[in-house]
Amino acid sequence: MTDSFDILVVGAGPTGIAAAVSAAAAGKRVGLVDDNPVAGGQIWRSGGELPRDAHRSMASLEASRVVRLQGWRVFDAPHPGVLHAERGDGECAELGYKSLILATGARERFLPFPGWTLPNVMGAGGLDALVRGGVPVANKRVVVAGTGPLLLAVAAHLTHHGARVVAVCEQAPWPRLLRFGAHLLAEPSKLRQGAEYRMAIRGARYRTKCWIAAAHGRDRLESVTLRQGHRQWNVPCDFVGCGFHLVPNVELPALLGCRIDNGCVSVDETMQTSLPGVYCAGEPTGIGGVDLATLEGQIAGLAATGHQDEARRLARRRSGKLGFVRALDQAFALDPHLRALPSADTPVCRCEDVRLVALHGHTNWRDAKLQTRCGMGPCQGRVCGPAAAFLFRWRVESVRPPIFPALVSSLGSACESGAAHPNSAPQGAFPTFAKETL
Amino acid sequence: MSDAARSIALTVNGEAISVAPGTTVAAAVLTAGAPTRRSITGEPRGPLCGMGICFECRVIIDGVPHQRSCQILCAPGMSVSTEGLLTP
Amino acid sequence: MNSGCDVIVIGAGIVGAACARECARRGLQTVVVDEAGPGGGATAAGMGHIVVMDDSRAQLALTGYSQRLWRELAAELPAETEFEMCGTLWVASDEEEMDEVLRKQGVYASAGVRAEVLSGSALAEAEPHLRRPLSGALLVPTDAVLYPPSAAAFLLRHAVRAGARFQSSRKVVSAAQGRVRLDDGTELRAPRIVNACGAESVRLLPELPIRPRKGHLVITDRYPGFVRHQLVELGYLKSAHSVSADSVAFNVQPRQTGQLLIGSSREYGAETTGVNYALLAKMIDRAQQYLPGIGSMQAIRVWTGFRAATPDKLPLIGPWPGDDSLFLATGHEGLGITTSLATAKLLVGTMLGEKTEIDAEPYRPDRFAHSGEAGSGAAQAQVPAHSVEGSHV
Repeated sequence: MTDSFDILVVGAGPTGIAAAVSAAAAGKRVGLVDDNPVAGGQIWRSGGELPRDAHRSMASLEASRVVRLQGWRVFDAPHPGVLHAERGDGECAELGYKSLILATGARERFLPFPGWTLPNVMGAGGLDALVRGGVPVANKRVVVAGTGPLLLAVAAHLTHHGARVVAVCEQAPWPRLLRFGAHLLAEPSKLRQGAEYRMAIRGARYRTKCWIAAAHGRDRLESVTLRQGHRQWNVPCDFVGCGFHLVPNVELPALLGCRIDNGCVSVDETMQTSLPGVYCAGEPTGIGGVDLATLEGQIAGLAATGHQDEARRLARRRSGKLGFVRALDQAFALDPHLRALPSADTPVCRCEDVRLVALHGHTNWRDAKLQTRCGMGPCQGRVCGPAAAFLFRWRVESVRPPIFPALVSSLGSACESGAAHPNSAPQGAFPTFAKETL
Repeated sequence: MSDAARSIALTVNGEAISVAPGTTVAAAVLTAGAPTRRSITGEPRGPLCGMGICFECRVIIDGVPHQRSCQILCAPGMSVSTEGLLTP
Repeated sequence: MNSGCDVIVIGAGIVGAACARECARRGLQTVVVDEAGPGGGATAAGMGHIVVMDDSRAQLALTGYSQRLWRELAAELPAETEFEMCGTLWVASDEEEMDEVLRKQGVYASAGVRAEVLSGSALAEAEPHLRRPLSGALLVPTDAVLYPPSAAAFLLRHAVRAGARFQSSRKVVSAAQGRVRLDDGTELRAPRIVNACGAESVRLLPELPIRPRKGHLVITDRYPGFVRHQLVELGYLKSAHSVSADSVAFNVQPRQTGQLLIGSSREYGAETTGVNYALLAKMIDRAQQYLPGIGSMQAIRVWTGFRAATPDKLPLIGPWPGDDSLFLATGHEGLGITTSLATAKLLVGTMLGEKTEIDAEPYRPDRFAHSGEAGSGAAQAQVPAHSVEGSHV
């Protein structure tokens, strides 16, 4: 399949939806491609309560003329102005664009600890997503741990689904969290939300400077050992939701050749990357939460459709919010003790079962990867890369196509029709994809 | 519990189960109590990230291996397997 | 700064590592230098196929000898090298290719290499996922596969155990007249220097008749048992044979993990390490023609690498004329893994003035000096920058 757009938006989370709606309002032919069965990204996952903003955005999207490519995963950027994507049934598509808006979001950071590979030990957002997808947690004992504002939100949501959240363990110390809380005073809605979450988890203790030292169980999770200072104690549980804040998804921007600084895509005030015609908005430019991300999506949509003045006007609102990115970074910085958690035989690379001991003796990610095959599995280093970067202080970079596993046939001429030039394709000449309903 | 007439019937490792529409295959496998896969050294594994990037939730669906079950919705008559590896 | 050593090996890819090991075992004080760790360059990028090839008598002799050396070493190889004597199947798709199979069997037999002719039905039984009908194949059961970076690291470890010193993360700026200058300003001195830098060799010796020949590979997820031997179409020889055209050929390797490595492509004059999507598509299409089921496998990664190609498809092993200190162990094109061990034997034998197990004459670097082909080095392309990154990683 081939299709061609004036603006192609990658990622249908809050950012991508805002960008697509904004660009479509300018009368351009806009495509919105996303690999999940349903739009909303991670933070607006169906299967639970959605905030009012989410309903409003989804409604705008539905009402717009954005061409929806829901369930398509972008796996390569073979030529300028072209992306390749693949659907679950094996169909592949060549998508042409004049301008590109990357709203690829973020993923959780996972750090290894003994027992972290047991079934039912999941990410915090991961557990939440799986519950929204139908995993039953009613009356199950859950430990939520790691770091970041996500923990409280997840704990509250799980409680709402009937789970017994027995502990919420935040690795950051109280003073830093208080400072972060003070920062929220400028955003009363966030404060209110925080308070709501706090009340929602009722009996569960919210502990700070506390983390999971180990998970135990034979074939699946049975209990965890929690550590707080010198204290250590065992907590029986059925699920763990443990994630250490977020890591930007910069694989596609990197593959395209966008400049990346400190793991984030560099953008100017109108969200343009170092590549002309390629914009990036939301978490890949810096983890800053949904409000900032949505605003950036709007700015990118405006800038990509030539509305520079309006884009700059919104950009002024953005600069006020950028402090939140720094605040998040500082509040949830990782405790160095977390480096000592994994034992010698704890897997670091889950795809290839590469244990911590195998990684010792290497001085950089590239050699470690080459010799141990850590990071060479299907996750392409998305899980073990950030872990290794923290554990060993390595620079973990290097992107190879495809940026997600794709069918071998999608690398053949089934998808590759040579250098397709989007401008050569008059609008409407190619079959458009049916608008998929949410 | 949802209306039985609307629920989706599928099998996981040969066992018949019934789930609500909108349930992911990963959730169905977890409900059936099975690990989604065995690591290359044989350890049982389950989903980690819930968003299609960790690849721990890979299962065999209707004979096709390496399907990311957390991003696939259950469909009537699906046959899901977490054991063995079939070749295409 | 005098390093007090007998030989400096530049490059810790599989060829350099093998040479270092042989030098150290023979009592030569050895220093190995590489700009990264062991097993980079084409060693990291290539297929790890240990294969006897008969493009010429000299190639047959070298690959046959070296393939035997690998088999003798096999018992010592650690698990992470994933050595597997799975054999090669040279696949014939028509009667003409089948004639070639028969001819090849005779040639291999003359070199003492066991090879068995399989009929179309025997081939289908040996490899059920190959398309049918095919005319048959030549099975070379003593060919093998391994994971080259681990093998290079193993060889280097043995070199170090035998007394060699390894200076990693050091780039060599110049190497001549017994002096090797590094990028940190230090200088190593030895009566003998070995250039084992593969496609990068021309950086130190621009007049070398070596051109980079780019290749693509794809690795899939795990599908244990789908393919049991290394499968190569007979047309591979035409592809490897051509000295100018871009080409693809069906070449698939099963790894111990159950993953498949899909190759192969050859391209001259490529300026970057980026994927050539049109050529990749041709390569994939070709693979699907032989293994129809491969299309529905998950591809995890695509990468490129640069082979060091010489005008006569034979490596350069031995002294470089015009500099008494300089030796070469480079120019192995797609046979570096296979011939690394034999290269080491020939190199050290030549250095020490000994009789070598096979005649070292065909691989002598000075064969180009006489014919004036060394001059072609001036027109060759430099390996694109960061070629060390064109790899599995």
